[in-house]
Amino acid sequence: MNEIVIGGGETVAFWVLGPVALAGALGMVFSRNAVHSAMWLVTTMLSLGVFYVIQEAPFLGAVQIIVYTGAIMILFLFVLMMVGRDSSDSVVETLRGQRVAAGVLGLGFAGLVGAGIARATEGLLGVGLADAQPEGNIPAIAESLFTDYLLAFEVTSALLITAALGAMVLAHIEREPGSRRTQKELSRARFLTERPQTLPGPGVYARANSVAAPALLPDGRTAPDSQATGIEPQVAEQMPRPTGREQLGSPDDALGTLDPAPLDGPDGAR
Amino acid sequence: MTLTYYLVLAAILFTIGAVGVLVRRNAIVVFMCIELMLNSVNLTLVTFARATGTVDGQIMAFFVMVVAAAEVVVGLAIIMSIYRTRRSASVDDANLLKY
Amino acid sequence: MAEVLPAEGLLATSWLLIALPLAGAAVLLLGGRRTDRWGHLLGTGTVVAAFLLAVLCTVRLADVEGRSVDVDLFTFISTGELDVRAGLLYDPLSAVFVLLITGVGALIHVYSIGYMAHDPARRRFFAYLNLFVAAMLLLVLGNSYVALYVGWEGVGLASYLLIAFWYTRPGAATAAKKAFIMNRVGDVGLALAIFVMFAQLGTTSYEGVFGAVGTLAGGTVTALGLLLLLGACGKSGQFPLQAWLPDAMEGPTPVSALIHAATMVTAGVYLIARSAPIYDLSETARTVVMAVGALTLLIGAIAGCAFDDIKKVLAYSTVSQIGYMFLAVGLGPAGYVAALAHLLAHGFFKAGLFLGAGSVMHAMHDQVDMRRFGGLWNKLPITFGTFGLGYLALIGFPFLSGFFTKDAIIEATLDRDDWLGWTTGGVAVLAAGLTAFYMTRLMLMTFFGRPRWEDGVHPHEAPPVMTVPMVALAVGSVFSGALLVAVFPLSDWLEPVFGEPEEAEHVIEPFIIGIALTVIMALGVLAAWLFVGRREVPVTAPVRVSPVTRAARNALYADTINESLFMRPGQWLTRALVWVDNRGVDGAVNGLAAGLGGSSSRLGRTQTGFVRTYALGMLGGAVLVAGALLAVTSG
Repeated sequence: MNEIVIGGGETVAFWVLGPVALAGALGMVFSRNAVHSAMWLVTTMLSLGVFYVIQEAPFLGAVQIIVYTGAIMILFLFVLMMVGRDSSDSVVETLRGQRVAAGVLGLGFAGLVGAGIARATEGLLGVGLADAQPEGNIPAIAESLFTDYLLAFEVTSALLITAALGAMVLAHIEREPGSRRTQKELSRARFLTERPQTLPGPGVYARANSVAAPALLPDGRTAPDSQATGIEPQVAEQMPRPTGREQLGSPDDALGTLDPAPLDGPDGAR
Repeated sequence: MTLTYYLVLAAILFTIGAVGVLVRRNAIVVFMCIELMLNSVNLTLVTFARATGTVDGQIMAFFVMVVAAAEVVVGLAIIMSIYRTRRSASVDDANLLKY
Repeated sequence: MAEVLPAEGLLATSWLLIALPLAGAAVLLLGGRRTDRWGHLLGTGTVVAAFLLAVLCTVRLADVEGRSVDVDLFTFISTGELDVRAGLLYDPLSAVFVLLITGVGALIHVYSIGYMAHDPARRRFFAYLNLFVAAMLLLVLGNSYVALYVGWEGVGLASYLLIAFWYTRPGAATAAKKAFIMNRVGDVGLALAIFVMFAQLGTTSYEGVFGAVGTLAGGTVTALGLLLLLGACGKSGQFPLQAWLPDAMEGPTPVSALIHAATMVTAGVYLIARSAPIYDLSETARTVVMAVGALTLLIGAIAGCAFDDIKKVLAYSTVSQIGYMFLAVGLGPAGYVAALAHLLAHGFFKAGLFLGAGSVMHAMHDQVDMRRFGGLWNKLPITFGTFGLGYLALIGFPFLSGFFTKDAIIEATLDRDDWLGWTTGGVAVLAAGLTAFYMTRLMLMTFFGRPRWEDGVHPHEAPPVMTVPMVALAVGSVFSGALLVAVFPLSDWLEPVFGEPEEAEHVIEPFIIGIALTVIMALGVLAAWLFVGRREVPVTAPVRVSPVTRAARNALYADTINESLFMRPGQWLTRALVWVDNRGVDGAVNGLAAGLGGSSSRLGRTQTGFVRTYALGMLGGAVLVAGALLAVTSG
């Protein structure tokens, strides 16, 4: 069988994207923020998708990019957002010796497997897929999938259905019928409290309508009732306002006049 | 440049994923590390498909992707439900199954 | 031994002898309070019926050729090599004992009706007495050592139950335990003897053992004899196991009369007489028996001189008199008949004496201290008369029963004409004098002198139901000796068992011995009168006494010796064993368990529950597999 020849373009692509994939993997492991980890993983997956395309598997490359990088990683991000993206790992390792052992074993494993693969496949070039997929990648995969692997393919559909149902069952929250209070009940309950009216909104001098900004009372104090629970309150930014009689000056100065003409004008009338 | 390079790269990626599983505590990140390991295996499969000149390796990679998708869905649902009851997504907090 | 025929006719029903009192005991024990009203009558009735049956059987037996019958009952134990048949052997020796047990037993049952009339647990008392009679009859009627052993333990149990009859008294409970434990020491000897018989001969029946004992080595026979002697010593209160018998007087007086004077304590004599074929083959064993008998009779006589408790004096007298019997059976063929004659006579007069003592206690509000008696002869005339006849019979007053039977023993001992005969004979003669001394002292302190009664005591004669048995026993005390020796010779009756009585060559003419013993007896009586009768008896025992008296009061320190020689080392041994068990055995076992538990929990610590730890293990395993693969492929 004829061995394929790996061209210069592929070599260049490998040496560019290989380090990118490695960097993505390392970045994923070492990022303390889970969202950053996800982003690093996306980088690696995209690189791998390109590798698939280069290695005569364009269908898999497309699936990798669309399904894996697109759908599955988005799912990860959704869950991250629901669980709380702030829940980053603490730096302190709780299990004694876990990191050292993991590092040593990892190095050992990589060394052994890498050396083994290198020894076993030294100079491996392969025969290429030109003969196996004369009409292109997708017809070849389709033919194989719907003939040799038909049973496995059908079983896969059962697996997917099961997974979807399982996820629904796991994520579903069962509520007792009738446990949700009606609007009437809520209203009645509110009027039984000491504050039947609505909570105060931002005050007249408020410059922000963020939920983190407390409302201001007319005298400039913040209204504690208006603060949202679970949020660190921001310092209320206030418009400058005069304090004290001297600054205020005469009420007329403060209020200004509607008529720019002095009251005690030359005509003296009014 | 030979196919060995791809295989060695896959081995290294796999090891990084494994080490990530060992050192990270956030269950979602641990999941991502597992995905990385699956992906490196896929790379190996695709590379060997090319080396042997059959599409069977690609079919295998395809099935791995399907299984990975199913696994992610169920696993993330489990993480959600654990988080709901325990308010934590750390794998170390679920350690009651012991001596 | 003569040929033993299977029993026929009336003799085949001799198992009823045992069954009757046993049924009585069962009814009384299982019937509960319902039988309270008539229980004593049933208990007495079964024994009287057994006595009548025994008389009939014995009369029938006299006509049977060889005068021995075997009553085969059922298979008791059947294993591969050991096949024990439960059966009875009715021969002259058994018949003598059966008559004694049922006869004296019936009289004492009758007496107990009166003596225990006011005791709320009278039914239980009669149940135990019936149980005792049944066990004792099994002991003497069994045709094998195993059957004897069953009866042996049965009488031990009955003795224990009856000594502790008033179990709320600490003294009675302790005495019962003491009796039980010391009996067990002896029983070990008997059990070992039975084991040796089985191991060496493969059988335990009398017929089989006596037929084959001649084939055994001399050492084995001697060992058998000594082990049987140990058993006999335990049951009969012989040295070194004599200490329990005086304490056993804590039980009701009829019990003391029946069990601890007339019947059970003579079981040891029966055992040795029954085992005559074994002892005939071992001179050593017989010598030891004689030595034990002589030593015990002296100890009993000395201790009897010092006690103030009327029942304890009689108990030591029993110990001493059984010593005479042991001395006689130790003589071998020359002494068996003499021993049994003395046993029968003793059964009469000692039972009579105990019943008399019971009557005195009955009159004196259960007082047992002789220093609180005195001058009772005209208050209790019948008791005085019967007690006096028993006393004369015991000290060997001429032509009463003790005179004939004790003289025969001393004669036979002296007839040996060697150092052992002269030593033990001398001891026996000396003890005869001591017997006269202590019994006269007892008589003088109880019936003569100034009354030293406690306040509020008004002595009165016992009811006829008590006095009639006493009279009957007194009659037996007077005539049994002459009857057994001269009129109806026991030696002829026992001839099928012990063989033809040989005409002994007398070293000293019997009438000289008789006169000498009478003189010694008279000296003892005179001494007692000089020491006790002449002066006022102090109400409390003098404290400043000679060392000899002090030793005698402590029963020659038998309890002290037992405690220091056996009890304390036993306790130390037990403590040491407990320590070894706790620290050594338990320590090893517990240590092993704790080690396993500790290591397993330490191993369990590796199961931290952290999934990352497990994953680390998996990666480690993967590294190993990869390394191994690489090593194999590159190797």
